[in-house]
Amino acid sequence: MSDASPLQESADPPPPRETPEEQVSYLRAGYSLKSWFFTTDHKRIAILYMVAIMFFFVVGGAAAVLMRLDLATPSADLLTSDGYNRAFTMHGVIMVWFFLIPSIPTTFGNFLIPLMIGARDLAFPRLNLLSWYIYVIAGFFTLYSLVAGGVDTGWTFYTPLSTMFANGHVMAALSAVFIVGFSSILTGLNFIVTVHKLRAPGMTWGRLPLFIWSHYATSLVLLLATPVLSITLVLLAAERMLGVGIFDPALGGDPLLYQHLFWFYSHPAVYIMLLPAMGVVSELVAAAAHKQVFGYWFIAYSSMAIAALGFLVWGHHMFVSGQSMYASAIFSLLSVAVAVPSAIKVYNWTATFYKGSVSFDPAFLFAMSFIGLFVIGGMTGLMLAMLAVDVHLHDTYFVVAHFHYIMVGGTVSAFFGALHFWWPKITGRDYTKMWGGLTAVLIFGGFNMTFFPQFLLGYLGMPRRYHSYDPEFQVLHLLSSAGASILAVGYMLPVFYLGWSLRWGKPAETNPWGATGLEWTVPSPPPKHNFEEVPVVVEGPYHYPLKHPASRD
Amino acid sequence: MSAQIRTFALVWLALILLLAMTVAAAFLPLGPAKPFVSIAIAIAKASLIFWFFMHLREDTGLLRLAAVGGALWLLILLLLMSSDLLTRT
Repeated sequence: MSDASPLQESADPPPPRETPEEQVSYLRAGYSLKSWFFTTDHKRIAILYMVAIMFFFVVGGAAAVLMRLDLATPSADLLTSDGYNRAFTMHGVIMVWFFLIPSIPTTFGNFLIPLMIGARDLAFPRLNLLSWYIYVIAGFFTLYSLVAGGVDTGWTFYTPLSTMFANGHVMAALSAVFIVGFSSILTGLNFIVTVHKLRAPGMTWGRLPLFIWSHYATSLVLLLATPVLSITLVLLAAERMLGVGIFDPALGGDPLLYQHLFWFYSHPAVYIMLLPAMGVVSELVAAAAHKQVFGYWFIAYSSMAIAALGFLVWGHHMFVSGQSMYASAIFSLLSVAVAVPSAIKVYNWTATFYKGSVSFDPAFLFAMSFIGLFVIGGMTGLMLAMLAVDVHLHDTYFVVAHFHYIMVGGTVSAFFGALHFWWPKITGRDYTKMWGGLTAVLIFGGFNMTFFPQFLLGYLGMPRRYHSYDPEFQVLHLLSSAGASILAVGYMLPVFYLGWSLRWGKPAETNPWGATGLEWTVPSPPPKHNFEEVPVVVEGPYHYPLKHPASRD
Repeated sequence: MSAQIRTFALVWLALILLLAMTVAAAFLPLGPAKPFVSIAIAIAKASLIFWFFMHLREDTGLLRLAAVGGALWLLILLLLMSSDLLTRT
């Protein structure tokens, strides 16, 4: 952004305690606890979700800290073996179901979908609040299983370990995951109906921001996949509690049936995490380049293609499980196919920068982090989809590194990018951009230092889920642990400068980035009912250049 | 209203009849065709429930499409799962 940017700090005068926009905003529409806990305003529910998921991000992160500390030395000197099992299980369960899956949809999706399509709220505001309460109830089950002693099955709850041998609090953790599924289903349903029914006049499907397209695709996956997980967990509980033979061969069951059912949900779940992140990146890239997105329909339809193809690849988790070679070959082929729409997105984002007027705002840095890390994560995914290569790499740190590049390098980078991009809109205050940029660089560097050595470790034969290892692996493990400490600093920094901005930040303009989109036409922070008058949309999204003081055109 | 109740009663009777067929088919010497017969009867039952009890016959095309989508996804699950189950050695 140029020197005339409103986000550039100037020394004086001190920012006002409360701006006129803030006085009539959703943030000031009631101060009581009741006005927050019984709100049906999608913006306040987004804030409730934000607080809840950040809490679980910290809890899940704490488990990761324990693991990385333990792995700094080859011997098992911090955690017991059982304790280590419980640490990685809780890390997985909490990060997958209580952070990554709800992360972007329930916070930025909740906040932005009505604003972006010109609606005053989601289609079912009470259902939206209910989904938050369901999430919180499920969260209590998770916390119970954690403080009661944890679970040692791994986040995948594989049978027969989870049904016959595991003696942790499997049922509490299962209940938590079962319950939180309903929160996902309600959110997905709400978004689909909202996008179909509440678009402003003139907001045709071809004028939807790509953020909306990707959330629409995500919602379809949420709705189609989550019930399968719920039923699978009920079957698991029936076998563990009542001895009904479903997965146990001794009782006439099939252990691979569990893996099929579980991954029918859990592979699409990766796209539940990733598609909203891709939607965020599409917005950030267009705003940073100040250009029409290259290949709008390619990006929109590739979201839908990923949502559909994502359901056809689950068997690649089972190449060495005893699945038939015929099925493995089919799943290998289909897994390669799902890379095509993902690559289309990457090429289109990159092409958008061509002849763009690129700004180096924090949001842009996070978007670039996403693209780079997602490419590495995706390409290593293709390697793992090769049957012969997978025999060597299966259940090694290579796999751990691969999916962390997708989920942390991808989704979490996009989450922080979204936070830095829409923070002025959500809170009405600007933060110091220098700190945002520093955080983006720290997270990018720390992330690579943490997870790149794990590719090497895995290739050299270090299996995942072990906490004592051969001394020859220590250098790489130590690098990884050191990187994790940098990553942790990067994740903690925003607490300070974003927190600072709430009280001392300069009031944000309506459109601080000079970006297109209906959310940038309402005051920052938005009033309780979003739009004074229902907007009428007359042009497509990303209609740059903008006649705006902050526009670089 | 009475016509609607009559329809529902008829559908219920048809479902009971199909249930009787399921039970009867279990005792018939059908050999390897047995699971296919059971599944065919089950599909007939499910279709009646979707069409009448879940009111799909009164709904718009979009809602019917959503229901077909659900069925299609179930088919994906069963089809790709059987690619493993039927070819395991």
